[in-house]
Amino acid sequence: MAKLPTTSGTRPRGTRAETTEAPATAPQRNKLQETGVSTIDWLDERTSLSAGARWMMFRKIPKGTNWFYTLGSATMFAFLSQAVTGVFLAMYYDPSATRAYESVRFLTNEVFLGEFVRGMHKWGSTVMVILIFLHMARTFFFGAYKYPRELNWVIGVVLLILTLAMSFTGYLLPFDQRSYWATTVGVAINGTGPLVGPYLSDFLRAGPEFGATTLARFYAIHMLLLPGIIAAMIGAHLYLVARLGTTAPPWIRAESSPELREDSK
Amino acid sequence: MNQLEKEAYLREYSLLKSKGKPFFPYAVAKDGWMAVIVMVTIILMSLTLGAELGPKVDPTTTTYVPRPEWYFFFLFEVLRIIKPPSLVPLAAIGVPSLCMILLFLLPFYDRSPERRPERRPIAMAAAFLTIAAMAFLTYEGANAGSPNQIDMEPPPSVMAGGEEAIRAFEAGKQVVAQSGCLACHKIGENGNTGPGPDLSEIGGRLPRQAIARTLVNPTAPMPPYVDLPDEKRDNLVEFLAQLK
Repeated sequence: MAKLPTTSGTRPRGTRAETTEAPATAPQRNKLQETGVSTIDWLDERTSLSAGARWMMFRKIPKGTNWFYTLGSATMFAFLSQAVTGVFLAMYYDPSATRAYESVRFLTNEVFLGEFVRGMHKWGSTVMVILIFLHMARTFFFGAYKYPRELNWVIGVVLLILTLAMSFTGYLLPFDQRSYWATTVGVAINGTGPLVGPYLSDFLRAGPEFGATTLARFYAIHMLLLPGIIAAMIGAHLYLVARLGTTAPPWIRAESSPELREDSK
Repeated sequence: MNQLEKEAYLREYSLLKSKGKPFFPYAVAKDGWMAVIVMVTIILMSLTLGAELGPKVDPTTTTYVPRPEWYFFFLFEVLRIIKPPSLVPLAAIGVPSLCMILLFLLPFYDRSPERRPERRPIAMAAAFLTIAAMAFLTYEGANAGSPNQIDMEPPPSVMAGGEEAIRAFEAGKQVVAQSGCLACHKIGENGNTGPGPDLSEIGGRLPRQAIARTLVNPTAPMPPYVDLPDEKRDNLVEFLAQLK
């Protein structure tokens, strides 16, 4: 078959010409691929991200890794779901003591899919708490908190506490009887703590009594402060996971084949 | 874990890792399936359980019994069963703080190189005890009766008095339940055993007038209930006098 005269026209200019020896029958796809590659090249030239992405995605996970190892990413996914549904709830929510309840009632009863999204956020918190406990149990039973992963365990406990704090601050926001009284009691309990206790509850309530600004304060903590810290902590947690590698299940042993022992020296 | 054990672990781990598969696509595929399961679970829970909105907040009520989210029930139960006021801060702050500190420092006090669960008896026993304790406390917390409630059927003498007497008995029961009597007195199955006396059979011990007098002019540390409206006080006295 004679070569189409256009093939040479689709070739990129300069030094890349010889690397794109694609079949002449698919010039269209070739062009698309080329665009993709050059976009990534352009980004990589300026950010050097591809090495990091390769390091993250193509790192090896040890032999014997099983379904228990998905609990961490499942927790993170539940957090992402909370973040997305939370953004939609924030579009309708009004954090003022006089209008909060009405805005939640409007959201639940009038807004298209409002109750569904609020339900996802409400039950998503339960799912996230269960997953975080299961993930912690897996880490404990597999002994994965031991050397060299001690720091990642500590970060994980911080994430657990932050998640429970999210639940505590979020519980007030619908501003119905249940949430108001549970929070009043919860903050009062904080106040009985030694040293910082009274200051912490004064800070949470924005004063000695539950007042008009308390709700706004809980809202800011719930949707700005805590999610920000959680996202940063998840980043650190993931970095350490990739850096140190996930553990193998404790009953898996590397066979002591002599040539491999030689290799690893 | 000494230096030798650390190096042995790292050597073993690098061997296991070298024989493993790449994270992408093998682990990513599993994680992806898990994400789908999580998403479907959340959606199904939202669709079946909904997002109920309770009555509007009313800071003036004194009878509303707050309940936390279910995963705080264990803490709620610890607070409920520890009664003496001097121990309450310990229960509320001390116990959870201690648990959190122990959890934080776990890798620093458990430093043995052993990872297999069956060879870590102390760690496993501690874990199962913790899980059992939390499950038990959560269950108890979930089934805890309201502190402002008296589960008591009208006695036969009241039942015989007809509908009017039963209504008076119920009204008085409600006043007692809402006035905080149960914080110091036991009435039937409800309330605390101290510091006040058991009122389950107070009607047999004290005449009606004596009960009324005690309410207005009680022995310390009981506060006087002079501010109670007359109708409520009559109901309350009537109710207590019936307990024989």
